[in-house]
Amino acid sequence: MAYDKFTVLRSTAVPMPIENVDTDQIIPARFLKATERKGFGDNLFRDWRYHPDNSPKADFVLNNPTYSGKILVGGKNFGSGSSREHAAWAIYDYGFRCVISSFFADIFKNNSMNIGLLPVTVSEAFLDKIFRAIEADPKAEFEVSLPDQTVTILASGEKESFAITGYKKHNLMNGYDDIDFLHSMETEIRDFAQKHSL
Amino acid sequence: MSTLFDKVWDAHIVRRIEDGPDVLFIDRHFIHEVTSPVAFLGLENRGMKVMYPERTFATADHNTPTINQHLPVKDPLSANQLETLERNTAKYGISYWGLGNPKNGIVHVIGPENGITQPGMTIVCGDSHTSTHGAFGAIAFGIGTSEVEMVLASQCIMQPKPKKMRITVSGKLSRGVVPKDVILYIISQTTASGATGYFVEYAGEVFEDMSMEGRMTVCNMSIEMGARGGIIAPDETTFSYMKGRDKAPKGKDWDEALVYWKTLKTDPGAVFDKEYHFNASDIEPMITYGTNPGMGVGISHHVPLAGTVDSNKTTYDKALHYMGFEEGQSMIGKKVDYVFIGSCTNGRIEDFRAFASIVKGRKKADHVTAWIVPGSHIVEQQIKAEGILDILTEAGFTLRQPGCSACLAMNDDKIPAGKYAVSTSNRNFEGRQGPGARTMLASPLVAAAAAITGVVTDPRTLLNNN
Ligand code: SF4
Repeated sequence: MAYDKFTVLRSTAVPMPIENVDTDQIIPARFLKATERKGFGDNLFRDWRYHPDNSPKADFVLNNPTYSGKILVGGKNFGSGSSREHAAWAIYDYGFRCVISSFFADIFKNNSMNIGLLPVTVSEAFLDKIFRAIEADPKAEFEVSLPDQTVTILASGEKESFAITGYKKHNLMNGYDDIDFLHSMETEIRDFAQKHSL
Repeated sequence: MSTLFDKVWDAHIVRRIEDGPDVLFIDRHFIHEVTSPVAFLGLENRGMKVMYPERTFATADHNTPTINQHLPVKDPLSANQLETLERNTAKYGISYWGLGNPKNGIVHVIGPENGITQPGMTIVCGDSHTSTHGAFGAIAFGIGTSEVEMVLASQCIMQPKPKKMRITVSGKLSRGVVPKDVILYIISQTTASGATGYFVEYAGEVFEDMSMEGRMTVCNMSIEMGARGGIIAPDETTFSYMKGRDKAPKGKDWDEALVYWKTLKTDPGAVFDKEYHFNASDIEPMITYGTNPGMGVGISHHVPLAGTVDSNKTTYDKALHYMGFEEGQSMIGKKVDYVFIGSCTNGRIEDFRAFASIVKGRKKADHVTAWIVPGSHIVEQQIKAEGILDILTEAGFTLRQPGCSACLAMNDDKIPAGKYAVSTSNRNFEGRQGPGARTMLASPLVAAAAAITGVVTDPRTLLNNN
């Protein structure tokens, strides 16, 4: 599925200083019954966001008008648990384009990059600075530059760089996905498969 | 000198991309109704075909009812997912063991029991507990839907090679301590993120002595410490489990396969990026008290004090608040409302044997609702054939039909809000077993003890002397 190219993102951010935010919180299993990829953003963080009677929980950050933006900032081990790509879809569909944390679960990280949601890993110390910058001013802006591989706290100018492979960077900046690449390898794969009979 | 993991991984690299992932060939691909529809849709939109349909195997398990499976599925959304899978598999010529098929069951139960899972293979599925298949010396891991589409389209995925970790557990397990306790203990030591970025090899006497069912339980939960997967070197236990299974090699092919399988072990002196050593004698029956699988303690222990765990105060308080527990409380004696035995972690015959060994000659506690859910129809048949069903019935339990059930509560098997469940599944996340449900993960023995007494109980006090 095509996604928006990612180059430089300048935005305010939504803070979620909770560790181990798992994919069952991001999108509970009962919302995985669709056969198409649409509308998952409505149920993003469903049980943290709404009471059982569907009224919003006032103290949850997504229901707090003070915070908004295209960047979600989470505590360490973000996206642990289930392999459901629906978690990344829900975050993307809600309007986020980037998640910043000090540590991501592997599958979530892969899933995110496959759909054009950029997971950015920063140090614990820098993550803390980001949280404090938002606390000091919820309208504080951040800049995530994929070409430079940096995150900048614009108010203070502090910046940190992040890692990403050249291959994935190229894909995200151009909106390509792995299937395009694999398709171009068809003959090579067929030759290989010959040697790995069933 | 290479590790078992290196041997299998390197044998499957089609191409190494510089400053990028490896293109890895996939021998076996399992799919189910929940994470496959969007992948098929993607394929269709691109006008592509399934490259090797004979390497993909489909089942219905996540979203299926566990009673009255002969009737039409009531929930229209679930029914639609099942129909979509049936249509997609028929269209592309993929084998499908749907509801009612005698081979139907949870994907990670039916793969091994039918011999589809074999040593030295690469195996993926859009489900994180695909790590289960590592028990056979295969590289098996969970993938997302985009990757399911990749495998359908090209029989490959693109993955950076993970780092390697070895976890050695030496010695002998004491009575009443079973594989589930071993893995819950390991995760409690490494934490829920301690193996992120790694692929784990389990080694040592404890795993050598373990049955295939037990090894599957251990490898299954590798993902709960963040690992991509877990792997155990195949040995005589593996080969005798495999021999004669439906899709296992036969005759000359078997002999040839065996020669290869016997090479699948870590060379002496091979180096891991990280190693852990534990002693079997330190492990007792385990139970979780919090909202991730790393929050587990020996059953005789208390809920830890905030300062003693690897978690910030906000996160820890949130977890205990959700569970309705307080620091320092004893786990023994906590009230239990629901007991769930099943899932791809503990839904195999050995698990029901263990459960039956405790409930035999006793009665279920009146206030406990128990869901006993076999991992597959084959397991269900075994339960009946071995007389376990009679023991269960006598003790006041009923047997349900196979499926994921309360492990992820997508169907009607949901634990109600605020209720306490002792569950043999693999995740105690908030709401995992139903909105507001409070899960304590444990072994089939601990589940049986709770079902009989109605409270958290050390199963060692109930072991029958046989
Ligand atoms: S039993 Fe649970 S963990 Fe296993 S495949 Fe089903 S949903 Fe996934």
